[in-house]
Amino acid sequence: MADGNPPPLRSFAQAAQAEVEVQPLRVVQIEGLVALKIIKHCKECMPALVTGQLLGLDIGSILEVTNCFPFPSRGGEDEDELDTDGANYQLEMMRCLREVNVDNNTVGWYQSTYMGSFQTVELIETFLNYQENIKRCVCIIYDPVRSGQGVLALKALKLSEDFMELYRSQSLSGEKLREKNMAWTHIFEEIPVKISNSALVSSLMTELEPEAPATQCDFDRLVLSTNPFMEKNLEFLIECMDDLSMEQQKFQYYYRNLSRQQAQQQAWLQKRRTENAARRASGEEPLPEEEPNNPVFKILPEPSRLDSYLITNQISNYCSQVNGFAGQSLSKLYLMDAFHED
Amino acid sequence: MAMGRTVLHMPSGHTGVVAKLHPTVLFNISDSYIRRNDQQERVIGTLLGSISPDGTVEIRNSYAVPHSEQADQVAVDIDYHRTMFELHQRVNHKEIIVGWYSTGSSLSPSDTLIHDFYGREVANPVLLTVDTAFAEEKVNIKVFVSTLLTLGERQLAAQFHEVQLDLRLIEAERIGFDVLKKTMVEKLPNDLEGLEATIERLQDMIDRVFRYVDDVVEGQVQPDNSVGRFLADTMASVPRISSDAFDKLFNDSVQVVSRFCTRRKIRIQNFSHPLICLKLKFGIGGSIGKETFTTSLFIPSLAAVFVRFLCG
Repeated sequence: MADGNPPPLRSFAQAAQAEVEVQPLRVVQIEGLVALKIIKHCKECMPALVTGQLLGLDIGSILEVTNCFPFPSRGGEDEDELDTDGANYQLEMMRCLREVNVDNNTVGWYQSTYMGSFQTVELIETFLNYQENIKRCVCIIYDPVRSGQGVLALKALKLSEDFMELYRSQSLSGEKLREKNMAWTHIFEEIPVKISNSALVSSLMTELEPEAPATQCDFDRLVLSTNPFMEKNLEFLIECMDDLSMEQQKFQYYYRNLSRQQAQQQAWLQKRRTENAARRASGEEPLPEEEPNNPVFKILPEPSRLDSYLITNQISNYCSQVNGFAGQSLSKLYLMDAFHED
Repeated sequence: MAMGRTVLHMPSGHTGVVAKLHPTVLFNISDSYIRRNDQQERVIGTLLGSISPDGTVEIRNSYAVPHSEQADQVAVDIDYHRTMFELHQRVNHKEIIVGWYSTGSSLSPSDTLIHDFYGREVANPVLLTVDTAFAEEKVNIKVFVSTLLTLGERQLAAQFHEVQLDLRLIEAERIGFDVLKKTMVEKLPNDLEGLEATIERLQDMIDRVFRYVDDVVEGQVQPDNSVGRFLADTMASVPRISSDAFDKLFNDSVQVVSRFCTRRKIRIQNFSHPLICLKLKFGIGGSIGKETFTTSLFIPSLAAVFVRFLCG
């Protein structure tokens, strides 16, 4: 019974090449287990900064992180040895975890930070390295110092697509950035984080919750001492300002040189033209008006804007931290005032 | 006949051992139980941690070890266990093997064999059982150590007896139980929301104390001397500063903090403008003297002290 034309059969190759629609990443879903492990690892190694690998699944617009493992910290050893050691460790760990049915899929990495100062060129480089192999990867940043104040300072970051393209093409000059309308806010994108727990774990935790009406979290939040945190933040902020003003000076220098060079070029061109006019008058061959070998025409390299962008990002981070903390402290101070009524 | 040969020797030591369990281990165990193979009924694995000189065992980390069981035979993948242990040592060499765990609700005879194996790794291994099937409708987490029953020279059996378990849920508390109890948390609470929740709880507790004191005064509740003493101590820990001094202190701190909130102006324009265009106005205000910083450090965290007392 032929009912009209059967649907056209696609060869396997054609099907494989069909464009799979890539949904933008909207949410990162972390398991409670991963959050606990990250916190444990970062806290144990304080004040050293540590990193680790994230494993999970990439589904639609949600990136699920189901497990993680820490990387061993590097002692000051030979670079090559460290790299092969690190790669071996990673392979061994993933192989072992696969045997116990843990998701064997790398989805990113996590790192601890000190007071939010993580926007560096190394971060960008690591992102690009990961991006070569994995379609979507995130970096989870955990701040153990801020978490000591009762807030879970966990955030998920990824590089924006436009920025990645620009960086790969190594063109971070002022004009290109203006073209793409790329401001310093467009480098990193923060993705909202959800925490999920399996039913077993949530039932265990519900049963185990102690009856005390207040937890360590509450104690941390109610501490009245505001100064150390503020001071540290301000210290870092001032350092960043210094770096920013150095970058500024670099640009000033560059522009000054550029204008000086242009003036020199004009002067040379004038001289050439008058020379040529004289030569033409006396019937000789005019000299070319361009001379690429002349140092006057050398193209000056424009300093990269990347560092200034990164520094600006850091400054903005510190400011928002200070802002949040100040809001909290204000409420706590008024609370204290209420206690001390008489 | 020598007395040694007919007396069953049951050592009653080792009950001084206390085991402290960190929440990461529980999460690890649950996760490996959920991910076990279909044919397996239970999961076993190694426990890592530290043993303090007074015998307290702290269990900080764990990993699952593949094994297979048939009838009364059990095979444990020892290579896997060794490899994982080495990998973990590279991250934190202070965590040593302290025992093993099993997710069954009861002990089986093959457990002694596994326990012997772990006995070769550490002097007195502990066995942690987590009942993941909730057979008794409540959480059943136990820690055992084993002692040998000897009759004279011969070893008869190994007896597992329970030791005291101390759940150190401080890390879980730091994250907040709300985040860990639900199966899905949509949004992590930010600082102000968290502070709001904490202050609500504080208010609740203060209300309770007021009610208690009122009841005692009216004679409805028997006064408890220890509670009364705690209350008196807490009240006394509030520093006695005269109102003027306190007002000055308060105003100074508020000024310092509010300057950060309101006078902060940062205008960072886009760097694409060819002229150097960065205008930064960051007003910290005039006089933040050294004295305001140091004196406010001396205010004890009153609320925290109060709250601590209420939790006993």
